[in-house]
Amino acid sequence: MSEYFAMGGYAAFIWPSYGVAAILLVALFLLSARRLQAAERALDETDSAAEEE
Amino acid sequence: MSGSAFHRFANPGRFLRLASKVLPWLAAATAISFAVGLYFGLLASPPDYQQGETVRIMYIHVPSAWIAMFAYGWVGLASAAALIWRHPLADVAAEAASPIGAVFTFVALVSGSLWGRPMWGTYWAWDARLTSFLLLFFLYLGHIALLNAFDDRQRGRRAAAVLAVVGMIDLPIIKFAVDWWNTLHQPASVLKMGGPSIDASMLRPLLIMFLATQCYFFLVTFMRMRTLLLEARQRTLLYRRNTARPTATARGA
Repeated sequence: MSEYFAMGGYAAFIWPSYGVAAILLVALFLLSARRLQAAERALDETDSAAEEE
Repeated sequence: MSGSAFHRFANPGRFLRLASKVLPWLAAATAISFAVGLYFGLLASPPDYQQGETVRIMYIHVPSAWIAMFAYGWVGLASAAALIWRHPLADVAAEAASPIGAVFTFVALVSGSLWGRPMWGTYWAWDARLTSFLLLFFLYLGHIALLNAFDDRQRGRRAAAVLAVVGMIDLPIIKFAVDWWNTLHQPASVLKMGGPSIDASMLRPLLIMFLATQCYFFLVTFMRMRTLLLEARQRTLLYRRNTARPTATARGA
């Protein structure tokens, strides 16, 4: 197992490559998803407020 | 595509309905292809006879570099459409994709650098491929900065669109840099005459990771386009309500 993670001595180059990609891609997805949810919710509230008027 | 066909296809309302149907499928495709791609890339593929285990960096580096360029083509073409037809969806498409392209460009630069250190003996070289690719990153940052530089959104979008269109000249320079100049970066090994020069065991994870990053691009681009359209609709509704209020009170009184 630890032999696998050592990656033939190249662990310090391989894992950070995947780490940077994973962190940035997940972060961008989560930020985009949260902003989309906020936009959907805000529009719902405005719509229902408009119907009450 | 004629102007009217483009307009009919690119109707924002139709896009919103289409996007909400497609998004769950795209999310599933992205998750599955990343899982399979990582399985083959990190577990079920052999080390390279020259590069050893570092060949695994290629499975994230090459697809990231491809999406970095694909996304810029998307931003550039959408910007051209926005400048020519003034279509609101084109502006939205460019604005939505730019941060995604910037992220993939950064990932390609970092992973390439981490591969270069053990294989070339250096993290960085000012060769034509690397320098033109670094320029791509600055083009993205400039595009995002211009979008947010003006109080008047439309002015920002116009300025950003001009930069994006002019910047497209960098795409052929990146692609052909390895042929035109004597670069440290190796020439193409997948998209070339006579087919890929990569063994099937390594081509498999590479192609699946291509699919995964491509699905991710469309997933997040469509999510962000939907967000921008809903935010614009919200602004219009609030504006209408605020300007209508004096009449409502006048009627009440």
